[in-house]
Amino acid sequence: MSVGPPRLAPLGDSALLIVFGDRIDPALNRRALALAKALADLPGVTDRVPAYASLALHYDPCVWSHDGLVEAVTPYLADEGGAALEDRHLLIPVCYGGEHGPDLDAVARHCGLAPDEVIARHSGGEYLVYFLGFTPGFAYLGGLDPALATPRRGAPRSSVPAGAVGIAGEQTGIYPQASPGGWRLIGRTPLRLFDPLREPPCVLAPGDRLRFVPIGPDEFESRMRGKDR
Amino acid sequence: MIRVEHPGLLSTLQDQGRPGCQHLGVTPGGAMDSYSAAVANALVGNPPAAAVLEMTLRGPRLSFERGAWVSITGADLSAELDGSPLPGWRPVWLPAGSRLGFGRPRLGCRAYLAVAGGFEVTAVLGSRSTDLRAGFGGLGGRPLGKGDIIEAGESGLALPDDPSRPYVPAWSAAWNRALPLECPARLRLIPGPDWQALPEEDRRALGTDAFRVGQASDRMGLRLEGPPLRLASAAERLSAGVTFGTLQLPPGGQLILLGVDRQTTGGYPVLGTVASVDHPRLAQLRPGETVRFEPIPVERAQTLYRIRALQLRRLRASLGLRWPLNNSSS
Repeated sequence: MSVGPPRLAPLGDSALLIVFGDRIDPALNRRALALAKALADLPGVTDRVPAYASLALHYDPCVWSHDGLVEAVTPYLADEGGAALEDRHLLIPVCYGGEHGPDLDAVARHCGLAPDEVIARHSGGEYLVYFLGFTPGFAYLGGLDPALATPRRGAPRSSVPAGAVGIAGEQTGIYPQASPGGWRLIGRTPLRLFDPLREPPCVLAPGDRLRFVPIGPDEFESRMRGKDR
Repeated sequence: MIRVEHPGLLSTLQDQGRPGCQHLGVTPGGAMDSYSAAVANALVGNPPAAAVLEMTLRGPRLSFERGAWVSITGADLSAELDGSPLPGWRPVWLPAGSRLGFGRPRLGCRAYLAVAGGFEVTAVLGSRSTDLRAGFGGLGGRPLGKGDIIEAGESGLALPDDPSRPYVPAWSAAWNRALPLECPARLRLIPGPDWQALPEEDRRALGTDAFRVGQASDRMGLRLEGPPLRLASAAERLSAGVTFGTLQLPPGGQLILLGVDRQTTGGYPVLGTVASVDHPRLAQLRPGETVRFEPIPVERAQTLYRIRALQLRRLRASLGLRWPLNNSSS
């Protein structure tokens, strides 16, 4: 499918926004990720921030003018392949239902499915990490089975634990940190998605493909105990 | 060693922020008014990256168990040393046992306290800045609390002749003139992706009507109250990168102006982004103040920023000359 040329626009005097398209599309996302990688060593650029179909470059205006940066970036815009990207496939263990997934039954009722069927469909799909944002380590995932789409809770919980796996509308996601939240919680992973003292700080990276693997409460507990070692 | 007797309204350790982590969803943060923070550091001979204390409207009460060179810049929060007014925008020697307090917030919103040697906390992801929302950096990711003890690093500055008494060098700074806090604030805006979709009359309103800074404003963003604005065509926007000073127009028609602790991406239409040279003025807006926006070409904004950066470099160089002069005078 042909796509138009990317649109480049100033995001103020110290960032440049490069937009590849206006829809959530793995091919557009891949172009953004490939460009971020191609520009990894560009001096004077502090941050390369991909989103669904765009890339923001944050730069030092004492190093680059807007026009100068546009000129420097333009030769890289033709590459649509993103061939140089490595494909990482990750498995995310999730303890579904029970105390770790208090909304599993509600999601099942909403979707007209048995709870086991919700688990089977959620853990049966492959998900793409489009980008990280919202909070540190939070992955915007694509690939949720539309049959599992469930609106948010009417009243958000005042506290959702780190690792909680939830559904909000047509999105699924994992809370990297404890926070208030309105997502429907169907399970929890013992993985710590974000730890600023760890290298790398985030388990997930844009472009990753991941699957959820059901685990039992005993394995969940033992992995929670073991991860601080 | 500095003991926190009262933390003030919101006092956090900040430095130049945490660039290079936005792709992880980590906000750059740092001092909201990075210009005032940089001047505070320069005044006490600190490197630009030293951590300072950002104090919001109501300042803290601090007791200095050891003597220290300090400086206070940014907002005028009525600094007092043992009850007497303490001048800002210059270095001050506080003898051991000094109690630094603050009173009525006179002008601006955020003041910066630098101590020679910088505040010592462990850098996380390359920065000592406090990320309040994510809960890390600075003092364990939280504001100052009563009873906290913060340490200052080593400083190469010489002591005054009599270190048992407060000392204010005769030279001072008129640098605050470079930071006009005129009211209503005029923020220059580099038009963004959805600027053209804003009807002509709404664009004019941005420049002529006063938008009031709402109470629900913080380091993440300022909520502006004013005439509701509407895009001519309802733009469907995917989440994309945003930055400090980005002016968003949510569907309700009331503007949001993003602060340093913003999220790394956002999905609301973007009218533009405030020029970096006006970020200090943005940072000093307090709830109830009014603000107007004036379009500026990106090239002009970058020139103004480079001039500001040059002024800071000159200031740093001239202060580097001041310090030895000060030490030899009596």
